[in-house]
Amino acid sequence: MQQILAIIAMNLRAIPQRAGSSLVIVIGIAGVVAVLVALLAMSQGFGATLKSTGQTDRVLFLSAGVTAELSSVLAPETVPVLRELPGLARDADGRPLVSAEVVVITELQRGTGEQRADVNASLRGVEPAGLKLRPEVQLVEGRWFTPGLREIVVGLSASRQFEGVTVGSTQQFRGSEWTVVGLFSSNGDAHESELWTDADTARSAFGRGSSASSMLAQLDTAQSIDAIKAAVKADPRLRVDAMPEIEYFASQSKQFTEQIGLLTGVVASIMAIGALFGALNSMYSAVSTRQVEIATLRAIGFGGFPVALSVLAEAMLLALAGGVMGAVIAYVLFNNLSVSTLGSNFTQVAFNFAVTPALMQKGLGWALVIGLLGGLPPAIQAARQPVVEALRGK
Amino acid sequence: MKYFPLLWATLWRKKARTLLTLLSLVTAFLLLGLLQAANSLFNGSTQRLSANLLITQARVSFTSPLPMRHLNQIEAVPGVEIISWSQFFGGVYKDEKNFFPQFAVDPDRWLATFTECQLPAEQAAAWRQSRTGVIAGRALADRFGWKLGEPIPLLSQIWPKKDGTRDWQFELAGVFDDVTEGSCPRMGNMYLRYDYFDEARQFGQGNAGIFVVRIKDPNQSEAIAQRIDALFENSPDETKTQTEKEFQLNFVRQIGNLSLILNSILGAVFFTILMLTGNTMSQAVRERIPELAVLKTLGFTNAMVLTLVIAESLLLCVLGGLTGMGLATLVMHLLATLPTGFPPIVADARVWQVAFASMFGVGTLVGLPPALKAMRLSIVDGLSGR
Repeated sequence: MQQILAIIAMNLRAIPQRAGSSLVIVIGIAGVVAVLVALLAMSQGFGATLKSTGQTDRVLFLSAGVTAELSSVLAPETVPVLRELPGLARDADGRPLVSAEVVVITELQRGTGEQRADVNASLRGVEPAGLKLRPEVQLVEGRWFTPGLREIVVGLSASRQFEGVTVGSTQQFRGSEWTVVGLFSSNGDAHESELWTDADTARSAFGRGSSASSMLAQLDTAQSIDAIKAAVKADPRLRVDAMPEIEYFASQSKQFTEQIGLLTGVVASIMAIGALFGALNSMYSAVSTRQVEIATLRAIGFGGFPVALSVLAEAMLLALAGGVMGAVIAYVLFNNLSVSTLGSNFTQVAFNFAVTPALMQKGLGWALVIGLLGGLPPAIQAARQPVVEALRGK
Repeated sequence: MKYFPLLWATLWRKKARTLLTLLSLVTAFLLLGLLQAANSLFNGSTQRLSANLLITQARVSFTSPLPMRHLNQIEAVPGVEIISWSQFFGGVYKDEKNFFPQFAVDPDRWLATFTECQLPAEQAAAWRQSRTGVIAGRALADRFGWKLGEPIPLLSQIWPKKDGTRDWQFELAGVFDDVTEGSCPRMGNMYLRYDYFDEARQFGQGNAGIFVVRIKDPNQSEAIAQRIDALFENSPDETKTQTEKEFQLNFVRQIGNLSLILNSILGAVFFTILMLTGNTMSQAVRERIPELAVLKTLGFTNAMVLTLVIAESLLLCVLGGLTGMGLATLVMHLLATLPTGFPPIVADARVWQVAFASMFGVGTLVGLPPALKAMRLSIVDGLSGR
């Protein structure tokens, strides 16, 4: 044991003498870890935004079989039936806390110059109860829209992502002018990427008659969801699916997370293989420059195992340094970076990269595996080389 | 050229080191090839779309359908050759993973507008005969192994039928193909008949979706687009007309600033590869100092030695780079055969330019410092191994 520690310490102290090739390991692995952690942070951030949207004690009604609010249509005769379902909470005046909402897509500009794109943004028409239902929605600037007037209130993320959507500005949708009268926050969830207006105003402006896209309602307790699901299923006229709001939004991140996961896997694996060759290269050359030194150690009685272990320890330590460096780079450059992408509702969802400790740990795990695989073959070679020939410098 | 055997011999002086460095270079260029090709796709340089097609969509969003009454007005705009319309159907074939786009169109207008694709005359006749008939691109038909007459059930995510159900039944009436190699960019799509669709759908009757406008002179596209949009200005059904290429490009850009992400990754990869190859080259020269001194003794000039070392570094990078790019091309061919719903990524001229620039850039950059060292080497010091 003492042998092992002595030799490892000696070996590590000598790293500065091989600075060039040691740096290759550190930087190669830092690159892999930085890219891996950054891509995972993107996926994590997108998922976190959608998963934080909605509550377990609110129920969302969509037409049966659709996977996104955009393609859902609740017929005019369906909405009143849904409003009176048992199990929904009521306000002080005895009216059910229900908001039948319309979601339409509008085009806004994101970026300028070369980066400019006309992107889809959700315009959501909400009923007055829709604001009461969602206590997380808070006005942060200006005022709420007035029903009947073409006024919109914009989510904070939307105002950051899209060009020229500030309080007092006007937007032209379907040949008429809409004024932005306020900004709202919503705990940074998916709704913050939307524009909100009054439901009836949106219906008439977008020719939606009296149908709705979806309906959100407050449950009297979260347990009522089963009764409501059963009630909806029992009435074949409805053709409606009911689900906890939070479940719907969580399901929306699946496709994106899968696609990014594939990209991350492919890119990081190829980079890791490249870094592995780099590490092997450096460690083999480290062993070969220390050939005489290692042989001397063996000659004065050090075993093959401590020698191999010392080489491996060097590789792992350098890999760890690279891993830490990569994780720090990813954190500094990307943590909380705000971007938006196309969600499965076919509209932009803004989110922040989230470089979490768990992701950084994962990055370090990759670094150590590369270090292990890159250090093991040279370590074995170092232990096996014949002492006599090595001493002669052959 | 006569020094090539010398270069080759020095390059493989330490086989393991050269091989490992080459393999790192190969992986770097494999990534470069794939990511740059993806970049090309997002920047639109590989789109083979006809310059003669304009897309007229609702200004508010292409998902808002335009009314059919726009048809005659657009058709009357000078410079317009023929106009077709197209409604996105959004159907799922058996499983969500089988994604491919479907559009409801008018058969005669489709055939007249999309002249870059061809449908055999008897299949076109069969399509006109069968209201539930559909046509599919060769790539799509091959993907699922469809034969003519194949029943194709689709579950529409957007359109319920009059009875409220969402499952639609179609049969394959024809398969369209390229006119010339690669001319038809729609090979992964399916087209169904608008007349049947419009009659059967629960709501939205009389809406056309978007209009596809074929113009006579592609140089006039901007002027014609403006003329079309001017017709409907300030009406609830305002339009936005752009070339099909711009339309597609914008569609892809919606996903986000992918170029930035891809370029950041490549930056990280190349910084690493610069370090790695640089280290290998400086080691290789350091070990060879006595040999270089011998070369100089034999009468090689300083400039000659400099050139030899840089040439060795370039050889290493080009060897690794070409292998990596070859591998990337292979992978892209494999990807193209997989159904992803995305257009295939291809290493076009731009990608190869970037690749060659990187090979020569990296090769020169890492070769230069050791080459200068070799050039300045004095024969006496070199021979004594100092």
